[in-house]
Amino acid sequence: MSHAGAAPHAAEGGHHTSMGLDSRKMAFWAFIGSECLLFATLISTYLIYKGKSLEGPYPHEILNIPFTSFSTFDLLMSSLWMVLALAAVQRNDMKWAKVWLMGTAIGGLIFLGGQVWEFSHFVEHGLTLQKNMFGTTFFVLTGTHGAHVAVGVLWLLTLWVRAMQGKLTSKNAMTVEITGLYWHFVDVIWIIIFTVVYLIQ
Amino acid sequence: MADTHSHSHPTAAVYLRVAAILFILTVIEVGVFYVQAFHVVLVPALLTLSAIKFAIVVMFYMHLKMDNRFFTLIFGGPLILATGMLLALMFLFKVFVIK
Repeated sequence: MSHAGAAPHAAEGGHHTSMGLDSRKMAFWAFIGSECLLFATLISTYLIYKGKSLEGPYPHEILNIPFTSFSTFDLLMSSLWMVLALAAVQRNDMKWAKVWLMGTAIGGLIFLGGQVWEFSHFVEHGLTLQKNMFGTTFFVLTGTHGAHVAVGVLWLLTLWVRAMQGKLTSKNAMTVEITGLYWHFVDVIWIIIFTVVYLIQ
Repeated sequence: MADTHSHSHPTAAVYLRVAAILFILTVIEVGVFYVQAFHVVLVPALLTLSAIKFAIVVMFYMHLKMDNRFFTLIFGGPLILATGMLLALMFLFKVFVIK
């Protein structure tokens, strides 16, 4: 097994743990672990109150599977573009790094646009945060996920601006890798939400 | 600096193959949802497909397959705790009932 988290990041300002692992990467994995617990509570709450709404709209009446399938595909593709951006930064190919970073951010923006449209559509059809248990748990769960996507988009755009300024090089590969960890985590959470909320109604 | 990460991370070709697999699994998921014949096994089938997609992204795109195993431990511990908590709450609130 290789030890990909080990030592070589001193040049980009990284610090190493006594195990020789990059401290930022270790801290970020710990953060992702804590995020697992956050989303587990939100998914649990959704499942506990599922089917306990006293009035509609109910999930099967309002959820749009073809539209959400497209959003899921979009987020999966943005994950591909993120790893291609990391690979480009690692080989110091900054031209393609900028392209893939912007592509990933645009993928995130398309997802967010879809979520805004979906939420507006639901409100027009009478589903609000206060309407019923489905509305409350659905908006809190998917809204929290959407907020994470928005943070990810801002983070990606920041990296893109740094790349445009020439301040992002292969020396900062760990910074891009950590951004990628966050982005892929947002993607895996959506994989679960898509199944639990949209497909298992 | 030649980052040693690049030696242990998958190539672009591997990333593309992984994306193709994820796309196919998503198509199967949506297919299972729409085809009436699969509704008998809808929940286990969808949860299995979802778990496979989750594992593929974590292993290949988040590089846990190639990275130091300590990262797997840091992530896996809370993930097991989160899954256990979710299952416990499901039983506690009688979403799952043992007959």
